Amino acid sequence: MTCEELLRALNEVIDDQSALALYAEFADHLAGCNPCQLVVDNVRKTIQLYKAGEIYEMPPGFQDRFRDALRAKWKVKFPHLSS
Amino acid sequence: MTQSHDQPAAEVDLALLRRSQTGDFDAFEQLVSRFQGRAYGVAYRILRSPQDAEDVVQQTFLSLIEHLDTFRGESSVASWVLRIATNFALKILRKRRGLPTVSLDEGNESYASIPHPEYIAAWREPPDALAERAEMRELLDRAIDELSDKHRVVFILRDIEGLSTEETADLLGLSISNVKVRLLRARLQLRERLTRELGDEATRVEPDHRHDVTPSDEKAV
Repeated sequence: MTCEELLRALNEVIDDQSALALYAEFADHLAGCNPCQLVVDNVRKTIQLYKAGEIYEMPPGFQDRFRDALRAKWKVKFPHLSS
Repeated sequence: MTQSHDQPAAEVDLALLRRSQTGDFDAFEQLVSRFQGRAYGVAYRILRSPQDAEDVVQQTFLSLIEHLDTFRGESSVASWVLRIATNFALKILRKRRGLPTVSLDEGNESYASIPHPEYIAAWREPPDALAERAEMRELLDRAIDELSDKHRVVFILRDIEGLSTEETADLLGLSISNVKVRLLRARLQLRERLTRELGDEATRVEPDHRHDVTPSDEKAV
């Protein structure tokens, strides 16, 4: 397997825990290719960083407007019920 | 009704939705509280505008009220809410570009167009240490902003929001193979960008894309 071929299969190597066990050619190539090992490691860490990313907070003033809009819509949907 | 702390989140969500369907506004507000942050996050990541992200959140939950009765349970409540939020975000994205349709399908991409890694090195620090640095947020935002919309959206849905390839393809109106190629491109472009900033120059190696490792090799070339 060439580096080019591993690159095309990179998603499977990253996403499928069993890929290295199932596909000996992936494991064999990685065992003998430091650049590909680094690329795979870099991509895993890239995904980890983004997953661990900051939670975006909604502006404080938005909640009141938002909840008022929901209540108004609810009254239209369920006119016979009190809120 | 109280929810057990041991109850899986999906069951809690479904119970709140069912109560909402009967007109229980308190249950609906609990559902909103559970999902508004996530809806805002995915909208903000796609649109990069707090005002547009707020609009998406509001439209999402107003739409939920309108279509409460249409939820049939084929997907989880979380997937349903995320799908609605993503679709509203994509509509705004398309509107910005002056295009009429929601789909970001701009033709098939092939693996031949995938850029090869150029800067290859080990990172100086692990992700958990990097994530705590104040300057990381700016770097991550800049890097993801450099992706084209079609690549950024796939990366957000697959790798940040955790949707499957099939769910992502269905949501975006793309083929599974197109999702895979776009995801690969996004991952590699982000890897390249981040490694140039975070990589240890002392560990840098030169790529050789024709390098062939077979079991009979005793040494890598």
